Amino acid sequence: MENYLLIPFLPFAAFLINILFGRAVLKEKAHWVSILAVAGSWVVAVMTLRDVLAGKTLNENVYTWILAGDFKVSVGFLIDQLTAIMLIVVTTCSTLIHIYSVGYMHGDNGYYRFFSYLSLFTFCMLMLVMANNFLQLYFGWEGVGLCSYFLIGYYFDKKSASDAGKKAFIVNRFGDFGFGLGIFVIFLNFGTTYYAPVFAQAGSLAAKSYNFLGFDVHLMTLISLLLFCGSIGKSAQMPLHVWLPDAMEGPTPVSALIHAATMVTAGVFLVARCNPIFSQSETALVVVALTGAITSLFAATIALVQNDLKRIIAYSTVSQLGYMFLACGVGAYTAGVFHLYTHAFFKALLFLCAGSVMHAMGGELDIQKMGGLRKYMPVTYVTMLIASLSIAGFPGLAGFFSKDEILWMAYSGSSPVGKIVWASGTLVAFLTAFYSFRLIFLTFHGKFRGTHEQEHHLHESPKAMTIPLMLLCVGAVAAGWVGIPALIGENIGIHNGIAEFMKPVLGHAEGHGTHGEELIVMAVSVVVGFAGIGLAWFMYMLRPDIPGKLTAQFSGVHKVLYNKYYVDELYSAVIIRPTIWTAKNILIGVTDAKVIEAIVNGVPAAIGGVSRQLRKIQTGLMHHYATIMAMGIFIIAALMLMRSW
Amino acid sequence: MVPLNWYLLLSAAVFSIGVFGFLTRRNIIIMFMSIELMLNAVNISLVAFSHYLQDLRGQILVFFIITVAAAEASIGLAIIIALFRNKNTVHVDEMHEMKG
Amino acid sequence: MEQVMTNTMGFPILSSLIFLPVIGAVVLLLLNRTNENLIKWVALLFSVGTFLVSLPLFSTFDKTTHAMQFVERHAWIPSWNINYYLGLDGISILFVLLSTLVAILCVLISWNSVKMKVKEFFISILIVESAMIGVFCSLDFFLFYIFWEAMLIPMYLLIGVWGGPNRVYAAVKFFLYTLVGSVLMLVGIITLYLYAGRTFDILALSKLILPYDMQFWLFWAFFAAFAVKVPMFPVHTWLPDAHTEAPTAGSVILAAILIKMGAYGFLRFSLPMLPEASRAMTPVMIGLSVIAIIYGGVICLAQTDLKRLIAYSSVSHMGFVTLGIFALNVQGMEGGILQMLNHGIVTGGLFLGVGAIYDRTHTRQIADYGGVASVMPVYASIFIVFTLASIGLPATNGFVGEFLILLGGFKASQWAGVLSATGIIIGAGYMLWLYQRVFFMETNQKVAGLSDIGARELAALLPMVVLIFWIGVYPTAFLGFMHESVRHLLERVSDGGVHGVSVAHNVLEILK
Repeated sequence: MENYLLIPFLPFAAFLINILFGRAVLKEKAHWVSILAVAGSWVVAVMTLRDVLAGKTLNENVYTWILAGDFKVSVGFLIDQLTAIMLIVVTTCSTLIHIYSVGYMHGDNGYYRFFSYLSLFTFCMLMLVMANNFLQLYFGWEGVGLCSYFLIGYYFDKKSASDAGKKAFIVNRFGDFGFGLGIFVIFLNFGTTYYAPVFAQAGSLAAKSYNFLGFDVHLMTLISLLLFCGSIGKSAQMPLHVWLPDAMEGPTPVSALIHAATMVTAGVFLVARCNPIFSQSETALVVVALTGAITSLFAATIALVQNDLKRIIAYSTVSQLGYMFLACGVGAYTAGVFHLYTHAFFKALLFLCAGSVMHAMGGELDIQKMGGLRKYMPVTYVTMLIASLSIAGFPGLAGFFSKDEILWMAYSGSSPVGKIVWASGTLVAFLTAFYSFRLIFLTFHGKFRGTHEQEHHLHESPKAMTIPLMLLCVGAVAAGWVGIPALIGENIGIHNGIAEFMKPVLGHAEGHGTHGEELIVMAVSVVVGFAGIGLAWFMYMLRPDIPGKLTAQFSGVHKVLYNKYYVDELYSAVIIRPTIWTAKNILIGVTDAKVIEAIVNGVPAAIGGVSRQLRKIQTGLMHHYATIMAMGIFIIAALMLMRSW
Repeated sequence: MVPLNWYLLLSAAVFSIGVFGFLTRRNIIIMFMSIELMLNAVNISLVAFSHYLQDLRGQILVFFIITVAAAEASIGLAIIIALFRNKNTVHVDEMHEMKG
Repeated sequence: MEQVMTNTMGFPILSSLIFLPVIGAVVLLLLNRTNENLIKWVALLFSVGTFLVSLPLFSTFDKTTHAMQFVERHAWIPSWNINYYLGLDGISILFVLLSTLVAILCVLISWNSVKMKVKEFFISILIVESAMIGVFCSLDFFLFYIFWEAMLIPMYLLIGVWGGPNRVYAAVKFFLYTLVGSVLMLVGIITLYLYAGRTFDILALSKLILPYDMQFWLFWAFFAAFAVKVPMFPVHTWLPDAHTEAPTAGSVILAAILIKMGAYGFLRFSLPMLPEASRAMTPVMIGLSVIAIIYGGVICLAQTDLKRLIAYSSVSHMGFVTLGIFALNVQGMEGGILQMLNHGIVTGGLFLGVGAIYDRTHTRQIADYGGVASVMPVYASIFIVFTLASIGLPATNGFVGEFLILLGGFKASQWAGVLSATGIIIGAGYMLWLYQRVFFMETNQKVAGLSDIGARELAALLPMVVLIFWIGVYPTAFLGFMHESVRHLLERVSDGGVHGVSVAHNVLEILK
């Protein structure tokens, strides 16, 4: 515990070393620095977990970051149960993916750059989860966003990649806009941005209303929803989900680490971390639950028809993140965090397997051009199959326990929308099983549909890649065993460890149902999972002609789904193009050029015009001047004489 | 003893001749001479008043004016010569460089 | 508390700072114009020398008081009660340091890019430096005005002589805009002088209680001068032209120092001298700031010219500064002052960076770039730091400033806070788009084969990078300077109509 500072700062040191010396000195040895640093973090994180398990927590300020008047915030660290579990997730995934990248990125000319970004990402993510105040959380939040920007746009000479990176950053900024306002409201009402005093006061301010932009609103609802804006952006929920599928432009290890296992779950972490605030507002929780439910359903339907290997998994990620929010929204924060933890393993594994497939296929991503890869890459096949079974909720695997926990909590909890989100969650479970196995069958079974040359090159990936796959596979199988529900656990003498462990931070959501109901809910989710797998087997193995016929028959629906409900097009038409049009044609064209410049140039022009007229008096002829002078003297003299009379 | 008014009348007459000459003639040298006439008309009245009031300061002032006038005349003539060299004329209507 | 603290340095440090560059300019004047290398080295020597002399300010400044420090006072024109009166407090000190630093960087970045009239160019830079320092040090309104106007002449020359194709138009526009404002300010100064019983002493004037009507008119007279310099909407249109046409060093000085003087003017004059009017005008000022933030940002989205885009982004960022200042609370004001410094560093850095590449390509059109990151990796990584600081990423200086400003702005007016926060989104939009179009994507033919930046350019850019992270990670080192001065200023603004009566009386007594 004393060495906790090493956890974030080892990767940071690796980043500094790589970015400064990587290009000239380390070159293709750059990975050593990063891997050693991240592995070191992992060791310290495990030791920290041990201490936390022993009941020790820590909340410590290192130095004052910003001080202005009564606003004070430090760089400080909080290590409790939630942090500890996040530390394990982050450092474990990060270490394995670092190792995997050695094989995957081999020979890339930006090798050192890749590893320095990965290490920087790990640093920022660790700062995010270890923060003890909102502002440092925001630092990590933006920091991981930045690394995501760099890594999505890693192949920056590709326009699509640099577009995707930019898009990710800007879409996230929309969410951060709300997040930032949330921090302001928190500071103005609580007088601090440290977690501990804020959460301690949350109960006493529960009934307070607050005037926001002229409306009287319930303070806790307002804060929760503003913070949730940040979550929506970072965790790619509706309506800010558009960046995540595009983020697949980045190298696959990045997709696995950032866009599946860690960064995108930061939104869930935020909601879980702020559970004392969210719990004070039923409205906010309902919004969270419904957003999660709608997003998960929405993304799952899109995933049904996509052909891009990584995008299917990306939509699956969006969908699973929706699941986590669904859990938080019904008050089952533990279940949400539990799913976050299991999801990290099987989703990272899915992505890494996809990377392994891409590696063999020479960068090909279209699953319609694959098939039968099973016999060429057995390790990849088996691990990916297990990951898919896990996500589909196969009994005993990691995904089963967390998903079941969520569905049961939704069904039995006191949330007013519990039954609805349970129903949609169950539907999503079916869809998830279906598209996951559609992916498996199209990729690994049947006949190879790619070019002859590709077939010739098919091979299993190197050890550096397959070993992390196998290690993650262990996680995808066993990670759930820490959260075996009491229903099963009672009989075999195991209790639900994770719920006990998280209780001090996340509280304990009580279900109101009988064992019988719980069994039924569990059975339903298992059955729909198998049904999904079975349907996929039927459509893609047994009767491969059916998908084509369905597509033809429901071409309208297919087109909408295939084009992701046209959300990107909608944003382009409603936000992006009008803004730029306004800038070009109104602000530059009219306001600046015709209004302001007209006034600015108009005043001198008017003076010039008057003087051009006045100039005509100046004839240059001496006698004109003389005559005018004489007349002037005459008039003055006359006036003086008149006055003296 | 000549009365003051006579001097003043003389001064007014000389001044008027100067004004008339300046306004009607177009030869720059004659216009220049007219200006000198006006100046001297003022001198006459100054001397007359000085004598009438028995105050020598008026006559001292006249000496100053004559000195300055001499300087001014020499500069003026120099300008006229320069102009004549450039334009080959002393007719003022042909000089309108200052037209706006 | 004492108003001023005598200079304990043992030598007149502020005068040295002001006159060292002038001496440098005189030395340059005496050099043979054909020996360009010597001229450059002498200019560098004097700017570095000035910077070194200014460093003790940073270390010996007493942060526990708002009183003026390093004070020098000599009678200058006693019959009009005009004094040569210099001093620094927590608001001005950072800008003096920034000025001395920026001058060095300007000399470095212009090393090879100035081809004609090299001697005059460096003389202008040194004179500008001297005037900049003078503006921030002056405690006598008359002296201030002289420095304020003296700044214009070499700046006018820098733009008009060494600028781009449309330089004369830009220079004249710049000159006229600022002059019109300054003249109105002069009227205000004279009014104050006569009303206060013939004194130009800024500290004494800052204790006066003026009738509200007078404050109102003076506020707008000062506004004319300061708003043009900032530049606030709607008097901003000189800035894009001036920035675009100016040579790199000119843009850097404009961005880093010159436009800070407007905001500094509000802090030093408008707020303490005219507290009641300032309070009353807050809604107007906040409104204009918010418009500037959004308007400047949106316009950037449609720019095709590299320097013009950065110029408009300055309008947006300076909107944040004025928003912070007129939020009239601690967070806003400290954020505003810090953001002035930040903007100087970041936008100064951006212009330095643009200058470095402009020397190679001689084009400002964004469309002529693309893929620069493949050709010039070191340059690209430095430029991304400036870009990120500009969009206010945490751990860079931009975040600290913008966060405090938005917090203060939100406190003062929720609408202002919310609307301004959209500026953060827009900012990310245009800066990242710019970065993408210049540095990413396929390498444009026009940039293929460019050499990466050399040691001299690196030396010009790195100080800014260091400052960006220094302020971002440990802003206390800089915020610490201003706490006392800001507290004092806010006290003055908030109870300027009540508490100050006796003080004003005392001042009048002393003046008799």
